[in-house]
Amino acid sequence: MFTTTKLFLQVTACGALFALNTYAVGADPVRYGFGEPASAHDLQDFVSSLPDGRDLPSGSGTISRGKQVYDEKCASCHGQKMEGGVGDRLLGGRGTLVNDDPKKAPVKTVESYWPYATTLFDYIKRAMPFYTPGSLTNDEVYSVTGYILSEANILKGDEPITAESLARVAMPNRDGFILDHRPDHFKPADKHPRLR
Amino acid sequence: MSILDPNSDAKNKLKIASLVEAEEAFLAKARTNANSVYFSQHHIEPVKPVKGEPARSVDPLQRPQNRRHFLASVAVLASSSVAGRAIAQTTPSLEGKAPPGAVWRSVPEDATKIPGTAIGEDGGYGTRSQFETEVRWRFGTKTPLSSWSMTPLEHGVGIITPSGLHFERDHGGIATIDPATHKVFVHGMVKQPKKFSMLDVKRFPSISRILFIECSGNGLTEWSKPTLKTVQGTHGLVSTSEWTGVPLSTILNEVGVKSGAKWLLVEGGDAAVMTRSIPIDKAMKDCFLAYGQNGEAIRPEQGYPLRLIAPGYEGNTHIKWVRRIELSDKPFMTREETSKYTDLLPSGKAVQFSLIMDAKSVITRPSGEMTLSGPGFYEITGLAWSGRGRIKRVDVSTDGGRTWKPADLQGPILPICQTRFRFPWVWDGKEAILQSRCVDETGYVQPTLGQLIEVRGLNGPIGSIYHLNAIQSWKVDTEGRVSNVHYY
Ligand code: HEC
Repeated sequence: MFTTTKLFLQVTACGALFALNTYAVGADPVRYGFGEPASAHDLQDFVSSLPDGRDLPSGSGTISRGKQVYDEKCASCHGQKMEGGVGDRLLGGRGTLVNDDPKKAPVKTVESYWPYATTLFDYIKRAMPFYTPGSLTNDEVYSVTGYILSEANILKGDEPITAESLARVAMPNRDGFILDHRPDHFKPADKHPRLR
Repeated sequence: MSILDPNSDAKNKLKIASLVEAEEAFLAKARTNANSVYFSQHHIEPVKPVKGEPARSVDPLQRPQNRRHFLASVAVLASSSVAGRAIAQTTPSLEGKAPPGAVWRSVPEDATKIPGTAIGEDGGYGTRSQFETEVRWRFGTKTPLSSWSMTPLEHGVGIITPSGLHFERDHGGIATIDPATHKVFVHGMVKQPKKFSMLDVKRFPSISRILFIECSGNGLTEWSKPTLKTVQGTHGLVSTSEWTGVPLSTILNEVGVKSGAKWLLVEGGDAAVMTRSIPIDKAMKDCFLAYGQNGEAIRPEQGYPLRLIAPGYEGNTHIKWVRRIELSDKPFMTREETSKYTDLLPSGKAVQFSLIMDAKSVITRPSGEMTLSGPGFYEITGLAWSGRGRIKRVDVSTDGGRTWKPADLQGPILPICQTRFRFPWVWDGKEAILQSRCVDETGYVQPTLGQLIEVRGLNGPIGSIYHLNAIQSWKVDTEGRVSNVHYY
């Protein structure tokens, strides 16, 4: 009995030490040297975007080219007028977000809700068209992104659509987001609960 | 398909209607299955006409050994060959056709009089009993390639969800990835960008933790009125597994984090190439890349071969099929953290990065659509969990929240893990409203739906959609029938 306990204690102590060595974030953690360096070539096909346009790939598009891409590759699911179908509705809904009516849903779309245009490029590039994701060239994605934004009356003109121009776009709901302020503080529960 | 469809009221109704339909289809089957907790004794089952004979109805009451109540005695079934035979007789639809995850074997009159199945017949990987039928069911989205399925919590015992019943959610189907060629790239604001094979990942010291994962859309149908009928429908987007993997802090230390890095993007290798931004403090504190689930490799639908575990965070952040991690000074503002998974308030402002899942509990038995067999003793049982730590206490009310009594907590009581509670109850045959309310170690008390709506508003039929953690009410009528109600 005694020996078992002692052994157990030793093992636990070792475990604790090991845990400290391995998981400590600050001073001098162990480095194992597993894995290999990733080269620029390894990373070249990955796309992600920051709102200021960093990380977006090179390339450029036009709104008119974007209309072609949309009609050919998106309209079947998102509708001729971007009104939605199998895929989400992409247009409309401005002015519906302030809403206290439990019967009426706010209309959240790229136009009314999305805070950043860069997100639109990023999402189409990675996940659309739904059945053939990743099949569009960067220029096609810039183009169709521009077309959606122009149909939403957010972008105008013939300026080429690029990483820089997307970063400059002021989306209507840019300031519509606040940080998490939970945990919530609740008022006392109703003293006379009833069926509702 | 997004979880909700914010596009139009008509569509919202349509979608919720199809969810109701999916549950109804499941219930229709379950009610006629003597093995189900939803088996209904009052159900009259039409019998297919045999050649030459006119169609007739059979009242299942007449059948031997019908089991219908939620307290149906499994022990009796297991120990009695009579019961075994009865099941074989009363569930003819099962004959020859095993439920998912099981293999059908013929049922002997008396299992003591004939040898059973030889060891090894299963090929070396076991299956569940052919008599166990609970399954996840899926919401009938327009495409099953972006959908979700729910855990049948009412059948669960203990705290671990069987891997095959863990809820699912994906946005582009379940990816099939060969671990032999899979690589994880870590780059961005790091000193040395690196790539790791699965062999590399598994060489690092590992950790295991039993943790719940909950989709923040769990319960979204329940904001404005009780909509789904079963606890699987109202709460089935939460599950618990033991996860094993390598701490992100180990991996990040390996590449060397540059000063100024504040966020990391985690990206999946599925058709949705799913991405979420995670604060680096969280990553360093307790996130890990899991390759193990409940003692074996993580299931494909859970992200095989590698999934991010972000303890206590909403399910969507637990990126599956992880192939890339990029460090940055700012969050990436991906579609899933802007267009979705943000909580729009009546003011028009939306709460963003509401990552932590607040404390929540639910009574799983008895729960919606079950029937109590008559006045007498029942054990009320359920689950409680909090993304902020351990469950400190659970109280149960049988009078709709007027009075509360503490429930027994079954150990282990682990942080960020489901905790099972039990409460002995003698039903007097009168109408009752059953509720559970949990408190976590931070002192947070699970709110009533009224309290929650007070701070969150109700802007549309599904409110702010995400993070509904209110107290659930089950009404027991004088017939013993249990149903989903709003009572607060
Ligand atoms: C086969 C049908 C289909 C096609 C074709 C398709 N989409 Fe989609 N789209 C979807 C579905 C389904 C979703 C929702 C995916 C999910 O559940 O995450 C979606 C989501 C989106 C969203 C996100 C909307 C939001 O509010 O979050 C955008 C933007 C989008 N698609 C753009 C496009 C563009 C641009 C194209 C053409 C290049 C395209 N889609 C082609 C089906 C399709």
